[in-house]
Amino acid sequence: MLMTGAKILMECLLEQGVDTVFGYPGGTNLNVYDELYKYSDKIHNYLTSHEQGAAHAADGYARSTGRVGVCFATSGPGATNLTTGIATAHLDSSPVVFITCNVSGKLLGKDAFQEADVIGIMMPITKAQYLVRDVNTLADDVREAFALARSGRPGPVLIDILKDVTTQTADYEYLPREQHYAHGSLGSLMMRATTSALRMPEPDRQDIETLVKMIDESDKPMLICGGGVTRSRAHMEFREFAKKLDAPTAITLMGGGSMPGDDPLSTGMIGMHGSQASNRACDGCDLLIAVGCRFSDRVALKPSTFARNARIVHIDIDRAEINKNVRTDHHIIGNAKVVLAQLNAMIPQYDHSEWKRYVFSFPRETEYDASTSALTPKEILSTISDMMPEDTIVATDVGEHQMWSIQHFHFSYPGQLLTSGGFGTMGFGLGAAIGAKIGNPEKTVIHVTGDGSFRMNCNELSTEAYYKAPVITFIFNNGCLGMVRQWQELMYNGRYSATILDRGPDFVKLAEAYGLKGRRVSSPEELTDAIKEALSEYSEGRGYIVECTVAQSELVRPMVNGGTHITEFLLN
Amino acid sequence: MLNNRNDVSTAETRRTLSVLVDNKPGVLSQIARLFTRNGYNIESFTAGTTIDEDITRLTIEVTADDSHTELMVAQLSKMVPVHSVKLLEAEHVIRRELVLFKVHAVTSEVRNEIIQVANIFRGSVIDVSRETLTLSIIGDEKKIDGVRDILEGFGIIELARTGMIALERGKYTINDESKVKGEFNYGKNVL
Repeated sequence: MLMTGAKILMECLLEQGVDTVFGYPGGTNLNVYDELYKYSDKIHNYLTSHEQGAAHAADGYARSTGRVGVCFATSGPGATNLTTGIATAHLDSSPVVFITCNVSGKLLGKDAFQEADVIGIMMPITKAQYLVRDVNTLADDVREAFALARSGRPGPVLIDILKDVTTQTADYEYLPREQHYAHGSLGSLMMRATTSALRMPEPDRQDIETLVKMIDESDKPMLICGGGVTRSRAHMEFREFAKKLDAPTAITLMGGGSMPGDDPLSTGMIGMHGSQASNRACDGCDLLIAVGCRFSDRVALKPSTFARNARIVHIDIDRAEINKNVRTDHHIIGNAKVVLAQLNAMIPQYDHSEWKRYVFSFPRETEYDASTSALTPKEILSTISDMMPEDTIVATDVGEHQMWSIQHFHFSYPGQLLTSGGFGTMGFGLGAAIGAKIGNPEKTVIHVTGDGSFRMNCNELSTEAYYKAPVITFIFNNGCLGMVRQWQELMYNGRYSATILDRGPDFVKLAEAYGLKGRRVSSPEELTDAIKEALSEYSEGRGYIVECTVAQSELVRPMVNGGTHITEFLLN
Repeated sequence: MLNNRNDVSTAETRRTLSVLVDNKPGVLSQIARLFTRNGYNIESFTAGTTIDEDITRLTIEVTADDSHTELMVAQLSKMVPVHSVKLLEAEHVIRRELVLFKVHAVTSEVRNEIIQVANIFRGSVIDVSRETLTLSIIGDEKKIDGVRDILEGFGIIELARTGMIALERGKYTINDESKVKGEFNYGKNVL
């Protein structure tokens, strides 16, 4: 059937089962938004305050639902405003398709109004990019983009459509999603694979057997649960593997939720702000099996001595991660879910009680001085987790509150914790929380943030209020950019350069300006009362802000400095 | 137990990479960007179509150590427009470059002398004027450097080089299947 590019785009979104997009209109994507208006019964657009908020919302939607997120923006500034959001999704392997429009073909390259080389800008921060100059390739490009975003190691993909393509017409024929792999450019991509009919190839049998043997030779095994377990939703297989191996298990920031925080085998987070138990186990183990983690510099602080007494085995879907940061002794390439299921079928039940006794003789959680009157991070987070439904989704921003959240909030399923791990994007949380609420309307969504992070993108409060996508925001207000201040305290002799936030706004008044209620609390009783009010507002479809006063002197502990050995604790 | 997994050479040597990519706009800049990102200067970069018109063969030369070379091969391999990547081992590779030299030659004695030089190096004279001679020479960098050394005595006005192209010796090709190649395809093509 003959239709315009804009209409083909809508039909292609429907082929993918898309009913939700986040985005912002502008000059070049007017035709797309005009078509969206006509499709508004099938595809709902959520207008954010800023394109960055839309990018984070699409990302939060993708991370929490496991589906591909979709985000629209216009050319030039619309597209460049997405960049931080795209890079955030890229570093955490989140499947999002970003669809921007560019100026018309005859203006391209002539510094037209709101023109930017969007493909050039996005190349380093996307898995793939498509510049659509011909309406006849549009459907093919969209199908390939969605397939790539969700396949293999997931990631963001960009489609940049020229404005004239959105008005030109081409013949479009509906193609069900299952058949995309056999048609067009996606079909040729499939054919190119070394083995024909590649869909989900089996991991190498020999590699699996080698690991089974290594496991049998080990007395002190340890596991690391990374973001790959979360993305592939391999948590059940992973938990069974950990249980059979009877091995202490650490999580990375991105692995949060895949291994329950309160599991008896769980040692907590590993690395710079890892627990004593995790870091000591990593140093003492004789076999370290890392699943879906990339040994970032926040985990393998000093690669040359990381797990120095162990043989290191890396299980990952992306071959390019092998030997990148830490050199390994063995690796298995494959989807974590498949690899772990095969391993589980081959290994017996082990008992490593003695090794566990050693590991768990070290604390897995930070202790706080109970005598102070100020609210401690642990008090705040355990009160929240006690009063909220068990499956509450938690989106965080970046900084001290983020580390405290992963240390003290015990996540129990993948997609429950939404946090910018790789890119460390302050201002990620509110957009992500709104996206998660829209993708999971039945769940409670909270947003844990700091006073620094929240000031970055608090404009999205209007989005949550307008769409009745309520989010309860908890601000850890310590009057400073805590994480940077912490480094200044420890390594710069207390020269607090540009980190003290002795200025507004008044967050409770800010909430009111957006039509939401809020409360400032500084004691456990006040916190409990505020959460009660927050929950009652929430049940009416309104968000809420709880501003928790936290002492400026409160630091994230433990801490190991970057580049030093994993057990050289700077703070305990 | 301590193992030797961290014992990798950090010596920087010149590496030759052969890469097959889609013949599409934007692909070359995507590939070139990868080297910039890793902080490496591309010493030589050539591109041309292959038996299949839709596929371009790139020959890229960089000076890098073992672990960075491994990383660049890995990151190239996982790019969607990349079909295959092969690091060509110095001892099993044939490398050639074509260079055009425009040299001062105002007298017939000088012209004869330069023509002799060209003959010795199996080059050819491809243009002549009253003041200049232009030679074309094919070879690896040792031979090219040798010719250049001699021609400098006459005065080189300008030169242009194609950059290195390379193939493996014997029956081996870039299309040979290997376990590693299969592993790379996994993350990229599993749909």
